Amino acid sequence: MPIGDMLLRSVDDSQINTVFPNTFKEYEKWDKEKDELPPEEVFKSLFEELAYGEKVQVGRALTRMNYSKSGWKSLIKKTSRAIKKAVKKNEFPDSYKDFLITTNENWADPTFWYAMGQMLNNQTPIYYYNAIDMTYDQDQNVVRQEENRRVYVQTWIKTFKVSVYVTFFCLILGFPVAHLLANLPLRYSNLLMIFVLLPFWTSLLVRTTAWIVMLQQQGVINGVLVWMGILNDDGRLSMVYNETGTLIAMTQILLPFMILPLYSVMRVIPKSHMRAAQNLGAKPAMAFWKVYLPQTIPGMSAGGLLVFVLAIGYFITPELVGGKDGKLIGSWIAYHLKTTLNWGLCAALGAILLGVMLVFYWLYNKIVGIDNIKLG
Amino acid sequence: MNSDTAKSFVKFEKIDKSYDGEVLVVKNLNLDIAKGEFVTMLGPSGSGKTTTLMMLAGFETPTNGEIFLDGMPISKIPPYEREIGMVFQNYALFPHMTVQENLAFPLEVRKMSKEETKTKVQKALDMVELGEFGTRFPAQLSGGQQQRVALARALVFEPRLVLMDEPLGALDKNLREQMQYEIKHIHDRIGITVVYVTHDQSEALTMSNRIAVFNDGLVQQLSTPDILYEKPENSFVAQFIGENNRMTGTIKSMDNNYCSVDLDNGAGTVKALKVNVGGTGDKTQLSVRPERVSLGSEGNGENVFTGKVEELIYLGDHIRVRLDVCGNNEFIVKVPNEGSFNYSEGDSIKLNWNPDDIRALDLPN
Repeated sequence: MPIGDMLLRSVDDSQINTVFPNTFKEYEKWDKEKDELPPEEVFKSLFEELAYGEKVQVGRALTRMNYSKSGWKSLIKKTSRAIKKAVKKNEFPDSYKDFLITTNENWADPTFWYAMGQMLNNQTPIYYYNAIDMTYDQDQNVVRQEENRRVYVQTWIKTFKVSVYVTFFCLILGFPVAHLLANLPLRYSNLLMIFVLLPFWTSLLVRTTAWIVMLQQQGVINGVLVWMGILNDDGRLSMVYNETGTLIAMTQILLPFMILPLYSVMRVIPKSHMRAAQNLGAKPAMAFWKVYLPQTIPGMSAGGLLVFVLAIGYFITPELVGGKDGKLIGSWIAYHLKTTLNWGLCAALGAILLGVMLVFYWLYNKIVGIDNIKLG
Repeated sequence: MNSDTAKSFVKFEKIDKSYDGEVLVVKNLNLDIAKGEFVTMLGPSGSGKTTTLMMLAGFETPTNGEIFLDGMPISKIPPYEREIGMVFQNYALFPHMTVQENLAFPLEVRKMSKEETKTKVQKALDMVELGEFGTRFPAQLSGGQQQRVALARALVFEPRLVLMDEPLGALDKNLREQMQYEIKHIHDRIGITVVYVTHDQSEALTMSNRIAVFNDGLVQQLSTPDILYEKPENSFVAQFIGENNRMTGTIKSMDNNYCSVDLDNGAGTVKALKVNVGGTGDKTQLSVRPERVSLGSEGNGENVFTGKVEELIYLGDHIRVRLDVCGNNEFIVKVPNEGSFNYSEGDSIKLNWNPDDIRALDLPN
């Protein structure tokens, strides 16, 4: 249900139609070839709908209008005030067109009227275009955003890059730990297990801020390196508030999600397999490569998929330690959800994320086979 | 086959093994195995038999002593260079490889050519009658088939020696018996030396040339199956192999071959073969096999007692009679079913046994 609602919302454009039904009806009659500006009826119905429209509804519509072209909000607000004043005094103009244009000269600017054309339908792909840095030009063609407004494509790329790196590092670091967990005598492996699980019991925020303390320029690691003379004081590494920080912190936080599936798979691989391989003449490295590693593939893929899925939508950690260039797509979703209230764009970003995940899942199923996954 | 005359192929010399530095799981093991011999290490769990096998395979190192294979000490040789095949308890087939790939594995690591590998794999599969199953995965085979694949894999690279660690333990009874014969026949056919570990005495008796009975880290007796059964040298072996009736008593007198033993509960005196006893006045445990007791006759007048029939169990080829004899109501006699048995529960009955058939042994700890 929530997913369905989200998908609907990502294409939904009806709120504006309920506010300006007549205006839009008249707008469609406008012949853009013949007249530079829409006919008088459009101005008239807009005047009436602004005069008698419900304030909250109008406000929402404004937000939406602003996405298609910035400037809408202030234009309508100013106009709306003038209209209300006029209605109060019971002064209805003879020409609504002239009235509006005198109120604000932007009404004579056809680009605003073209932008209105994007909002006629109840459904719109505009949010999806926005999510990949595209927009409409005045002739309703899909074009790339102006250069200074392009943010999403590079964030998408960064998100995938970071997720792939995090998954890779988790695998590299998690594999030996899981192997130890599965093969140490019980009392050591229990202790190790506690160390693996300990982060789960600590708040995510605490862990993330701990990384800030460790990694910042005046932080623990830099301090130790300088103290040992490996770095000089001006050469302190910047390891936080950038992509490096995001990578380090996310790898640490997601590591258990790699270790646990790996562990559960390794635990059931009989020790006799390595012995058998050696008995048959394989050197230990060969036995590991040919006999042990292939049997851990279900765990590697389960852990990899889990970490990748979590990383791709990760939000708090990159937000805190990522700084400006460590931000991932999740941060943008949160930003639009809470700050700009552009839920349509949020939904579109989320839907793309979901789509990408499904593609990965499909690819994974093709290559490894989903039956091979094993969580425990 | 006699170990004294045959040149020993595998030789354990004064082997001690301890995992923690305190408790010895194998104590002063000396064992010679001739080429082509089928030797079984038989014993209860924890008796050190598997440890011994693992030392031979190279997965454990002896604490003291040395193992020789074909005259060469092998303690320093890693397992992958020993050229010893092994069948593991749970087969240890590699689940991600087909049967063929499993069998080809030891050949591939030896860098054998593809052609040769293919022929050898097929030959090995045919030997265990699984020629058609090469492309299957182990999980698609029954337990018996997996067992055969494991056997074929242990033999395919023509090792000098094959070790088997309770290979039939996971199979049901019928299949186990069938596999026992199959392994025995394969051994007879290719003449390879086999060291076999089991806790199942009938398995050991069926297959082995010689059996080493392990208990408590020591070899209790090493002998051929018939001698182990008929002439156990101590109470552990007598008890572990086959069924026996036990009575304890004190030695009253002894001569060259026999001794007279007063039973503990004062139920009489028994003349028994002197096997493993101290001197007069010492305690001893007497052991007699259930099939060596005859019912309803006095024989030559020695060791004649009266018992009361407690229970009769009909087993088809023989009848199992539980009697109360000399205060021991667990005394079992097996009577061949010749159609002439006409006692019923509660009857008193005369029984006797030959002094040669009852052995005076040490007291179990």
